[in-house]
Amino acid sequence: MIRLPRFASLLLALLLARGASAQLTIEIIGGGGTTIPIAIVPFAGEANYPYPLTEIVAADLSRSGLFKLVDASGANPRPVRAEDVRAGDWTARGADAVVVGNATPQSDGRVEVRFYLVDVVKQQQLAAFSYIVTPQQFRGTAHQIADVIYEKLTGDRGVFSTRIAYITKQGPRYQLVVADADGYNPQTIVSSNEPLLSPSWSPEGTRIAYVSLENRKPVIYTQSVTTGARTLLANFRGSNSAPNWAPDGRQLAVTLTRDGGSHIYLINADGSGVQRIINSSGIDTEANFSSDGRSILFTSDRGGSPQIYRFTLASGSVERMTFEGNYNVSPRHLPDGRGFIFVRRDGGHFNLAIEDFASRQVQVLTQGDLDESPSVAPNGKLILYASENGGRGILAAVSSDGRVKQRLTSAASDVREPAWGPLTK
Amino acid sequence: MSRFNVRGYLWAGIAVAMVLAGCQQNPPAEKAAVEERNVGASQTQPPSTGATSSGVTGSATQGNPLKDPRSILSKRSVFFDFDSYSVKDDFKPLIDAHAKYLQGNRSAKMTIQGNCDERGSREYNIALGQRRADAVKRMMLLDGATDQQIETVSFGKEKPRNQGHDEGAWAENRRDDFVYAGE
Repeated sequence: MIRLPRFASLLLALLLARGASAQLTIEIIGGGGTTIPIAIVPFAGEANYPYPLTEIVAADLSRSGLFKLVDASGANPRPVRAEDVRAGDWTARGADAVVVGNATPQSDGRVEVRFYLVDVVKQQQLAAFSYIVTPQQFRGTAHQIADVIYEKLTGDRGVFSTRIAYITKQGPRYQLVVADADGYNPQTIVSSNEPLLSPSWSPEGTRIAYVSLENRKPVIYTQSVTTGARTLLANFRGSNSAPNWAPDGRQLAVTLTRDGGSHIYLINADGSGVQRIINSSGIDTEANFSSDGRSILFTSDRGGSPQIYRFTLASGSVERMTFEGNYNVSPRHLPDGRGFIFVRRDGGHFNLAIEDFASRQVQVLTQGDLDESPSVAPNGKLILYASENGGRGILAAVSSDGRVKQRLTSAASDVREPAWGPLTK
Repeated sequence: MSRFNVRGYLWAGIAVAMVLAGCQQNPPAEKAAVEERNVGASQTQPPSTGATSSGVTGSATQGNPLKDPRSILSKRSVFFDFDSYSVKDDFKPLIDAHAKYLQGNRSAKMTIQGNCDERGSREYNIALGQRRADAVKRMMLLDGATDQQIETVSFGKEKPRNQGHDEGAWAENRRDDFVYAGE
């Protein structure tokens, strides 16, 4: 396990400086495997602005667990463009890649942020981008830069510019909060004195469906993330729960009990057109669409214990997916369609596991006591989930290979029910 | 790190069940139950129908058997075993009494709220709680209530009456509550 206390504490300090109450603090509690050594040289001119661009980029990359930050201090003269980078200086420091850049004020008050990513082993420029932004947009720009670096060096999409949703509970108060993927900019979308659960993002990232108990029963609402406008989605007789948005954005899968028993239905995003799609005499719930929209994973006890099944919409066929143990629940597709994450109970412990569709192999990813509610990052590399630490609800994240582990805590409240938002266009 | 293991809580469960069945002791956290809002029960039922129960004292309930602490109708909770929705024989007189009340008062309506302990998936627990509520509703329909009089809903593990993390708390939270319309 590689520990990165320096950057964790740097990040902690940054987060404390902000001081927002619902803000999550992210700590890296384990890393491992191959990391890419990268030097990030502070951009020329960035010190003139309140948001530390390259510190945010560095924090993003180190938090992913896939990068090792190489000391970039003392380079003289400081390189600010690709052509300034003397490869030998950086390979001598152990870096494989170097990021340089500059922030230049424009006449209209905005700033041009330019950055270059250089592979100092192959001695070639991998990326060069320029953004004209206001200083208030620096955080977003830093996340976009981190996304470019991540994609160029790992081959996978970066998710630093995405957002996450989660539920906080502070005393009797429940809040549905949306924040940046690094925990910054938390915004409360819904507040209630009754439980909120099961947030699900619409595929374009503008709305969240969730379950509220404010009417003394589970009722599903959708809420605009931008305007806050709320729409009733499902309030039928009995319980209405487990919303999951179809990838086309037009329908959701939900669990309703209006016809007796918990069963899975499709419903249009405006609440019309309810149709039952999966039949059984047992419990069917926790529907989760594949990213191509063709199949749904769900939890059912039709075989006697809760297990995960796959429903194919075109054929209507149902196939059992889990066989080990007597409690396998909460399936979530991986975005590449190769497998899924789920929660298994083993000896009283609830842990996340990953199953590969082709081989049916299962790998356990976490070691907590009460790990639940997994949500997969849109690049499939990291899974957010709810856990607990010292009797308090926290969020945690684990990489899909189980190596990288993070903990996300809030000073003020229990945190639970994470939902990772989609990639931004 | 492990706070409990399956063997531990199974034994704890058996022990608690034996204690409760034998001595009719109330679960430890009686106070939490009284403070709970939006739960129809005004008193906590141990997982065994005690012959008498202290109840919450309040006078102006004369003539309304639902509010009369001496009436079985003032008891509103049915308790379940771990991972189970089968209704124990102990609770059949209580369920039958409410069914007969609904039969005799056709305008009366009831919600049965199913609840679970804190372990496991939130959404799967919503479904389990629903099944606990449905199981009791089925019995009430056989006993004379009508479908239109009873709505079954589930709170899953979201509204625990007892906030504890041991078998005693869990036993108290695996529960159906009966709430009449207007209460």
